[in-house]
Amino acid sequence: MTEQVKEMRRVYSDFLHDVGARDSSIVVLEADLSSSMSTNSLKEVLGERYVNVGIMEAEMVGLAAGLSLQGFKPYLHTFGPFASRRVFDQVFISLAYAGLGATIIGSDAGVTAEMNGGTHMPFEDLGLMRLIPHATVFEVSDAIQFEAVLQQTRTLSGVTYIRTTRKQVERIYNGVEDFSKGFILSGEGVDLMIVTSGIFVAPVMRVANRLKKEGYSIGVVDLFRVKPMDKMVRSLLVGKSVLTVENHNVIGGLGSAVSDLLSEDTNTPVYKMGIVEQFGRVGKQDYLLSYYGLDEDSIEKRARCILLQKA
Amino acid sequence: MSLDEARLHELEQFALKIRVYTLETLNHLGFGHYGGSLSIVEVLAVLYGAVMQVSPEESRNKERDYFVLSKGHAGPTLYSTLCLKNFFDKEMLFSLNTNGTLLPSHPDRNLTPGVDMTTGSLGQGISVATGIAYGQKIQHFPYYTYVIVGDGELNEGQCWEAIQFAAHQHLEHLFVFVDDNKKQLDGYTRDICHPQDFVAKFQAFGFEAQRVDGSSVEMIYDAIENMKQSSLKKPKCIVLDTKKGQGVREIEEIIANHHLRPSKEEQKVLKVVVDRLKMQLEEIS
Repeated sequence: MTEQVKEMRRVYSDFLHDVGARDSSIVVLEADLSSSMSTNSLKEVLGERYVNVGIMEAEMVGLAAGLSLQGFKPYLHTFGPFASRRVFDQVFISLAYAGLGATIIGSDAGVTAEMNGGTHMPFEDLGLMRLIPHATVFEVSDAIQFEAVLQQTRTLSGVTYIRTTRKQVERIYNGVEDFSKGFILSGEGVDLMIVTSGIFVAPVMRVANRLKKEGYSIGVVDLFRVKPMDKMVRSLLVGKSVLTVENHNVIGGLGSAVSDLLSEDTNTPVYKMGIVEQFGRVGKQDYLLSYYGLDEDSIEKRARCILLQKA
Repeated sequence: MSLDEARLHELEQFALKIRVYTLETLNHLGFGHYGGSLSIVEVLAVLYGAVMQVSPEESRNKERDYFVLSKGHAGPTLYSTLCLKNFFDKEMLFSLNTNGTLLPSHPDRNLTPGVDMTTGSLGQGISVATGIAYGQKIQHFPYYTYVIVGDGELNEGQCWEAIQFAAHQHLEHLFVFVDDNKKQLDGYTRDICHPQDFVAKFQAFGFEAQRVDGSSVEMIYDAIENMKQSSLKKPKCIVLDTKKGQGVREIEEIIANHHLRPSKEEQKVLKVVVDRLKMQLEEIS
């Protein structure tokens, strides 16, 4: 099954290849990571609309702002930490505050940075990007969804941040889903709603299915657009027990976004799983998930614990 | 292609008007970045008075010259220039930094008519200017992008990223002006982080670069026009030899003149300065 699934980086480069060839306003910028993201062949198609600036992320963002001022639609990629915290002021001022726009791809979401370790492992990028007024912030879960989100960026204005891994990920969707609302719900979730995104959607679905077989009503929300959040999300969650599971610091990301949404509601406890006061480190993804207490078993235990508390 | 005497005279008058407006605006507010605002008066007079085709109608057009004030804290001089170019009236000019104003301390393209780019976080404007110049280049537009960076601003690493990019991409229609007024907020640039030789540095990075007297509209104009004739496919840098507080002896003589909050006594002096400059303007008009 997985061998038929496109690598996430291939989804990105195919989209740019296809859309960039037809739309002369598209410009693609890299900062010496084009071969890591499979965009290095785009030069042939896009010509001068493809620029590898070298290892100069701040310049890449300034360049994007200047191109946006000229009516271009820039797509930028670098690793998540460099796409967010390294250039936070440039994205904040030269793009967002100046009323200009770009789509920024931050690759290797959280633990998927694996062997690149702590310097390359972003646990704070979603939080930083959420802080930017009017930014649109995504974390994508599979190739089908990533393709749909990239299509959405064509009509979005301002700053858009998309967090993704570069490699192949488990297929979750088949392409008939409506991705326009920024979330996908499965299950009613009378007993528990689990809100997640990215690499956790597949394991959370498996956990939910096991619990459903035992008679529990479990809902799973793939909240792939963490900002702006669709109004429906609140009504789906309010009054229920909510567990958030994220490949990110529990401060600032998905868990915080859900907590912010429900902060005035006293009937909706929000339990958060994610990275707690830790930096990234080197390791295989499975090892890292266990290390941070975010493996499938740990998610199931936490879910059961919440269900028992309720009972 | 030098300026004839009449055009030169006109530009000198324009510079004097910008200086008067800048002083009046800052005096009206009671504080501000006097030093670095006054040091870019002449270059703005040349750009907006003789080099760039600028008008409120033209500014809505994408196909034109662009200007970025990367050292955004000199906003009052840009606003005075735009006011004199009929982008807004003098009443609006005097609203600088007041509640609800369209003229914030640092330029904001979303607020102020005629401002091409939002700046103020130092080091970023020059990067954006490379983006504008690159965009114009790949659209085969014949226009120029002009950017002013401060000598202190060149402390910022991002500037040197932009400079490397501009040289690598042969952005020959990019003009970088360095306002070398020798001081930054905390003192002399040579004491804080020695700038070495700006011309040599820019040349080493792949620019055509030269140093000119930044208080002479004629020399600035000639430098721009001569460089435009160059056959080298390189971006251009003009290091402006300027003084902080340029053109106002009383401010030039203050050592810490980056930002001033004149006392009552000093305000009286500055009022006299404005009257003196206005008289000069009448004399040469």
